[in-house]
Amino acid sequence: MNKESIYSMNTAYRGEYTIWGYQFGSGDKAACIVGSMRGNEFQQLYICSLLSKKLSELENRGAIVSGKQILLIPSLNYSSFNVGKKYWITDNSDINRSFPGNASGQATSRIAAAVMDKVTGYSYGIQFASFYMEGVFVPHVRMIETGKQSNSLANQFGLPYVLTSVPRAYDKATLNYNWQMRGTEAFSVYSKYTERIDEESAKQAVSSVLRFLTRMGIIRYNCHAGYISTILDEEELLNIKSEKSGGFFRRLVYPGDEVVRGDIIAHIVNPMTGENTAEIYAPTDGIIFFCQDTPMIYQNSVLFKMIRRLHN
Amino acid sequence: MIETVASASMLIGEVMKVKKNHLAPDFPSGREKRLSIVSGLHGDEVSGQYICYEVIRRIKKNFEKLTGIVDVYPFINPLGLEAQNRYVPVFDTDMNTLFPGSTDGTVGEYTAALIVRDIVGSDICVDIHSSSIYMKEIPQVRINSDVAEEIEPYAKKMNTDVIWVHPSSTVMLGSLVYSLNEMGVKSMVVESGVALKIDYDYANQIVEGLFSLMTYMGIWNGESNHTHSPKIAGDKDVAYVNAESSGIFIPAIKHSDIVKKGDIIGNIVNVLTGSPEETVTAPRSGMVFSLREYPVIEEGSLVARIFGGTYE
Repeated sequence: MNKESIYSMNTAYRGEYTIWGYQFGSGDKAACIVGSMRGNEFQQLYICSLLSKKLSELENRGAIVSGKQILLIPSLNYSSFNVGKKYWITDNSDINRSFPGNASGQATSRIAAAVMDKVTGYSYGIQFASFYMEGVFVPHVRMIETGKQSNSLANQFGLPYVLTSVPRAYDKATLNYNWQMRGTEAFSVYSKYTERIDEESAKQAVSSVLRFLTRMGIIRYNCHAGYISTILDEEELLNIKSEKSGGFFRRLVYPGDEVVRGDIIAHIVNPMTGENTAEIYAPTDGIIFFCQDTPMIYQNSVLFKMIRRLHN
Repeated sequence: MIETVASASMLIGEVMKVKKNHLAPDFPSGREKRLSIVSGLHGDEVSGQYICYEVIRRIKKNFEKLTGIVDVYPFINPLGLEAQNRYVPVFDTDMNTLFPGSTDGTVGEYTAALIVRDIVGSDICVDIHSSSIYMKEIPQVRINSDVAEEIEPYAKKMNTDVIWVHPSSTVMLGSLVYSLNEMGVKSMVVESGVALKIDYDYANQIVEGLFSLMTYMGIWNGESNHTHSPKIAGDKDVAYVNAESSGIFIPAIKHSDIVKKGDIIGNIVNVLTGSPEETVTAPRSGMVFSLREYPVIEEGSLVARIFGGTYE
């Protein structure tokens, strides 16, 4: 394992700020893995720490294929963790909305430019991302439809689902989008949680990456074959909202659960009277893919995203 | 007439409402031109609050002079304004990345979608901003080069000092103005001053601009005082001055001063050692139309923008 500086800058009060990358193996730029970019992505950073340890063990055992190099950048943004902020410490800008970046621009733009420079040229790019809506997911690989994405490669992670999505306006400033546009096969791996550690889904994310690296001939590692992924288009997911009211969100089902049309899947509770102000029904048969993870919700918020007419 | 454009009950006992004041002649013909004035998208930018108040007050005072429709949306991010939060509270998202919005998204996206739906049909939309806490800005219209030709005649009426035509590569895809232009509503951003404050001279200058625009559109027969002729800044006319060190910025000039190439703009100093870190000089001659207001800076922070062009 070689530690290398990806980008370094001086700061007014925190001394030198350096983003570190860890190289395993040597040779062709085979795979690059990027972890947390926001200060609340604890699970994503945790997954990187597990992966770092594992890749180091594999390297010591000679299990990284010769002529292949892997770069792991666990976090681009330690400072926001350290001060309890989601976005960049000094100006609240979002590194994952700053790509491809500008080397003579503001700090997050410089970071994006330096990272872009280092990660360009890798055959495969993997990022542990968090969704803009906070909630719990069924673990999946997400791909932005740039026209250059490869769904069949995304299957090789062996996670239960591969989700494709049409780029939204802000997606064009993300690492994943720019990575794809520069010729890297880029994937975003979504774990169950973001702001808290979940051992089981963290291990699942690590296994999925090791499985992918094995199948791409980058490491030698015997692992379970995983799932044959179901490919979904984000547009096909059914949004279930709280149309009547806001209040306490009492969930009765969780991501991965199968529901039948007409099932009550949540209650919205008036915080003053304790009365149910709304009952949320499953509008069709299917599997819960995402749910909000907040104790209380606003009216008209999306509470669940559901896969229609699919059974476990 | 006060109308509610979007509403959602919040977590506990309160309702978020985006409202507008629909000002129209008493006996409309149905063929009136329509101007929409939007403000309060970023909750820390408050100049627009005064500007909206003053525009409505002056129209009501001489209501018979109004021959078209003026829709004023003073606070499209009402919770951000109350909470002194630039972004949409709770979701911590920049609302100006969420347009055209979605009725299947978060509360921010939902609100964005309803706002866009309401504005569509207007002939012109002016989105009033007042910078950030970091930079002080001279009154300026910002438009994108793709639509500059169509919008410039209207922008010139806005009574600002500068019209800044951005290259299309820097377009903010999720912004209100971009979305509206895509939908055929000629739209522009007006910037002035600094966040969290109202500069009344600048604000009154823009109020006059709005009445000049209304006169030009043929919807106002009353008083309008056009006092400023804007200079047009293309991409090549604007130099960005970014800090290359961190510490405290002590300006050596005043905002909107004319400088010569090589003049000292300010010093960046180390507060612990008591020594200078960097002397920031002007990379070109021109007018300093943006100047750092918030003194704590880091490597990469924007310190000034200089408009060369006819000021050189």
